[in-house]
Amino acid sequence: MSKQVFEGLKVADFSWNAVGPIMGSYLARHGATVVKIESWHRPDAMRGTPPFKDGIPEPDRAADYPWLNTGKYGVALNMTKPKAVEVAKKLVAWADVLLDSFIPGTMKKWGLSYEQVRNFNPRIVMLSTCNQGQTGPHSHRPGFGTQLTALSGIIHLTGWPDRGPDFPFAAHTDFVAMRFGLAALLAALEYRERTGKGQYLDLSQYEASLHLLSPLVLDYNVNGRVAKRMGNRSNYAVPHGAFPCRGDDRWCAIAISDDGQWHAFCQVIGEPAWTKDARFVTVLGRKQNEDELEALVSSWTVSVTAEQAMEKLQCAGVSAGVVQNGRDMNNDPQLEGRGSYEFLEHPVLGIHRYNYPSFRLSKTPSQIRRGHCLGEHNEYVFTHLLGMSDEEFTTLLGEGVFE
Amino acid sequence: MPENQPDSLLGPFRVLDLTDEKGYLCGRILGDLGADVIKIEPPGGDPGRKTGPFYKDIPDVEKSLYWFAYNLNKRGITLNLQTNDGRELFKKLASRADFVIESFPPGNIAELGLDYETLSKLNPRIIMTSISLCGQKGPRRQYQPSDIVASAFGGSMYPTGDPDRAPVHISFPQAYLQGAEEAAIGTLIAHYHRQRTGEGQYVDASIQESLAWNAMNMPHFWEFNKVILKRVGVHRSWSSTSAQRHRVIWPCKDGYVSFTIYGGKTGAPTNRGIVEWMAGEMEVPGWLKTMDWDSLSIGTFTEKQFDEFAEPAAAFFLSHTVEELHQGALSRDMMLYPVFTIADIVKDEQLEARDFWQEIPHPELDDSLVYPGPFVKLSETPLQLKRRAPLIGEHNLEIYEGELGLSRVEINLLKQSGVI
Repeated sequence: MSKQVFEGLKVADFSWNAVGPIMGSYLARHGATVVKIESWHRPDAMRGTPPFKDGIPEPDRAADYPWLNTGKYGVALNMTKPKAVEVAKKLVAWADVLLDSFIPGTMKKWGLSYEQVRNFNPRIVMLSTCNQGQTGPHSHRPGFGTQLTALSGIIHLTGWPDRGPDFPFAAHTDFVAMRFGLAALLAALEYRERTGKGQYLDLSQYEASLHLLSPLVLDYNVNGRVAKRMGNRSNYAVPHGAFPCRGDDRWCAIAISDDGQWHAFCQVIGEPAWTKDARFVTVLGRKQNEDELEALVSSWTVSVTAEQAMEKLQCAGVSAGVVQNGRDMNNDPQLEGRGSYEFLEHPVLGIHRYNYPSFRLSKTPSQIRRGHCLGEHNEYVFTHLLGMSDEEFTTLLGEGVFE
Repeated sequence: MPENQPDSLLGPFRVLDLTDEKGYLCGRILGDLGADVIKIEPPGGDPGRKTGPFYKDIPDVEKSLYWFAYNLNKRGITLNLQTNDGRELFKKLASRADFVIESFPPGNIAELGLDYETLSKLNPRIIMTSISLCGQKGPRRQYQPSDIVASAFGGSMYPTGDPDRAPVHISFPQAYLQGAEEAAIGTLIAHYHRQRTGEGQYVDASIQESLAWNAMNMPHFWEFNKVILKRVGVHRSWSSTSAQRHRVIWPCKDGYVSFTIYGGKTGAPTNRGIVEWMAGEMEVPGWLKTMDWDSLSIGTFTEKQFDEFAEPAAAFFLSHTVEELHQGALSRDMMLYPVFTIADIVKDEQLEARDFWQEIPHPELDDSLVYPGPFVKLSETPLQLKRRAPLIGEHNLEIYEGELGLSRVEINLLKQSGVI
């Protein structure tokens, strides 16, 4: 194995769910030693999120957790016990990076707020993340990405204009915010290498997510326009949407933004008579008659499979793609061809898929290790990494500190 | 040389930004972190300047709000890479730059003779990041991109939308922006390595793979349980072991709120809170009042149980305004949230209290526009929104004359020849 980018970098990861854990995992996937702290009394919520191996809801059977925490060491600390808090402090003193995603105030209760930590570890880079940030009247509000999509405008912008909003799958804002936070964290780590200065990062997932709607914020501030949901339609392309294909609930997304692509599309579908209709030869005509146009486009797409529609249109230079379901995602020839994932063996889940980060680094490619079971590395982390004596470890174990 | 910004994370570093809409935000993020980002546009301006909405609804390449939003904190020059002069000038710039980011169709940058192999010979420390729909390798690498196709490939579109209609993406396109965010992450990992070892490298970023993260457990439902998660409209199905539906969005008197049952100690106060609140105003099934919410595992909460809760809950929500529900949730510390519009967001007291919004002058419009502020708050090196997006060729003289030492006569010749 070649030397990894973050070899030697030590991370104490108290975060849970998706945002913080993915950040820690990206560091681990590039060589950092990341210790994830959980408790049997309050496992990471992703350990309670389906699907589960054989449908049995147990913490080590949850399929998402190892993926979100790939390459970390896992320990359990029962933080209701004062001795566990002391151990946690030792971990934080050991670390270069501290991650948490608790409701603001939780870390402080344990003496682990940034103001407290910098006294015994002045070079630490600490990132705290929660839905609405560490300050302000709503900072303590509990919530997940599920709720934040409501607050951050995403739900209002999802669905059909003639109906109420739809719920966008999973936790959109988690992934948007994670990426902004991680970019800043990485730059802060390099800055620390260069200057010796640690610092504190307060990532409000709400604020970060709004950057993906910035033009709409400007449009409101300048033009007074309140953006609305519009199904799959676009102000800049027509036809634009997901069209039904042969088979059970199969769809192909198509986006045509200029006359050249429109002509290519017409050729692919064999130039039926309606494509010569005066209403459809201009972009304005296509926009003004979009309902009818979509029905006509669908009359072609239903005659072919989603894969055929995609391949024929892409061959002609038209942007088109299968709307991939869970099975498609597992059999995607592009993900396979690019080497996007590998199969690793997990002690409970067996052999399953782990994806690499979405980018490939030419000289320091990501190397991944499987996800961990809850508390799997207690002994390794506390005795080997923290230098605790076997005697002390056994005593604390007996007192239920590592639960 | 780059502007001196000692108090920013990436102050000493320069970025050459060749991207289109697939990558604008990558450069913007590096710029917000303090880098000197030079947006390089073809003469006449980037195609993205034609994307609306526009300032005061006037369609003009200097008034695109989309362009404003994602090219803030950059300087701008024009350069035609289709010409020999353009490529030579680019190499000169690259030999003293730290990052190059691009989002041309895969292979184009090599055809221009400006690929990583070439640039790294001039500047071994350079980091070059390419952003594309599917990456530079694999059978679909040459596919014509669009934001909706990226969403379709990423997986999270299929289970979004009403069951009786097509899958939907989020109406304001999110895929390219997220791909650009991930590209910034890859670029900064390479940067950390380069600063420690002096070794630059090539970063090949895939928008599809970025989006695949958002699909969360949807591929796993197939991998582990051979279940295809379907569209369930206002519900979610991914929180239940057997993919049963739990409602999330509820109409109320004057809008919508988001509320759902959660398991464990995290969900218990919210679940108890709603039942007590409802019970104070209406009849609720007895089991809801005696339920041991602390030990509920949401994975096993059935659709039948949920529907028994939903019947009175739907009536309860409908009898209240969004504001009543929001205030009630605040006082009970419950996970119940209003479905905000952009107008609600702009007025939100939390964002105001955190001083989130920032006004940036646009002197040529004789106006100042209010933008979302820093995407993260840093204690030592706070992000700064320093300058509005560049006008077309705004910094040509600063760069070509001030840095590369070209004379005005030479610059005029380059302009006349369509190079800048």
